[in-house]
Amino acid sequence: MKVLNEMTVTFESRSVNEAFARTTATAFFVSIDPTVEELADLKTAVSEAVTNAIVHGYRDSFGRIKMKVRLLESRTAYIQIKDFGVGIPDVRQAMEPLYTTDPDGERSGLGFTMMESFCDKVTVRSKVGKGTTVTLWKQFTEKERA
Amino acid sequence: MPVVMVKEGKTTIAYLSGEIDHHSAALLREEIDFSVEQTLPEILILDFQKVTFMDSSGIGLVMGRYKLMNSIGGQVKVVNPKPRIKKMMELSGLKLLDVL
Repeated sequence: MKVLNEMTVTFESRSVNEAFARTTATAFFVSIDPTVEELADLKTAVSEAVTNAIVHGYRDSFGRIKMKVRLLESRTAYIQIKDFGVGIPDVRQAMEPLYTTDPDGERSGLGFTMMESFCDKVTVRSKVGKGTTVTLWKQFTEKERA
Repeated sequence: MPVVMVKEGKTTIAYLSGEIDHHSAALLREEIDFSVEQTLPEILILDFQKVTFMDSSGIGLVMGRYKLMNSIGGQVKVVNPKPRIKKMMELSGLKLLDVL
């Protein structure tokens, strides 16, 4: 799909940046005027992906998170969130609802479930010791012409 | 203040506000648990009326308070969530815990 617009931001894996990341990613799409509901869906999915990078990718350390945001043709949002942390040994297991490696930290194990519920497509690539890349796709509905 | 705690008889109400994510949930958890440990209520009400955004950290927050209240023989109730937040809570299976 053709890329119509793109930005990349890199930030530290500090939990205070969760709000920054989801707000910045969604603000990128205001020019095509998605619905409030669509932006809220995307905001939730980005928040989940960035939180995973902070909580799991960089469990006992700080590192960089790179977020690439693209507007593709057909009003499609593409958001790639990449960390260079510990990686996920078993991606399929990690994506199962309620699965969490952090049972005492009050993580619900629903991060990927939320991403999948609020996006059209979610892919996860991970390599132990190298990091994890989560990519979210969401197509916004056509604007009705007045 | 992201949370205001009010005690009314045997009920403690937590009036939550703003955005609940992994970052803010840590502080909320601390404030709510401190208040619960002081007041030992029979019912803890989590009022979501002024919560504008929540991700799955909010689900974790409710589940954690459910466990805490369960441990002292009390119960948790979630009130006034916006439709979107309610939908997320239903999606997560929180309904099964009878908190909604």
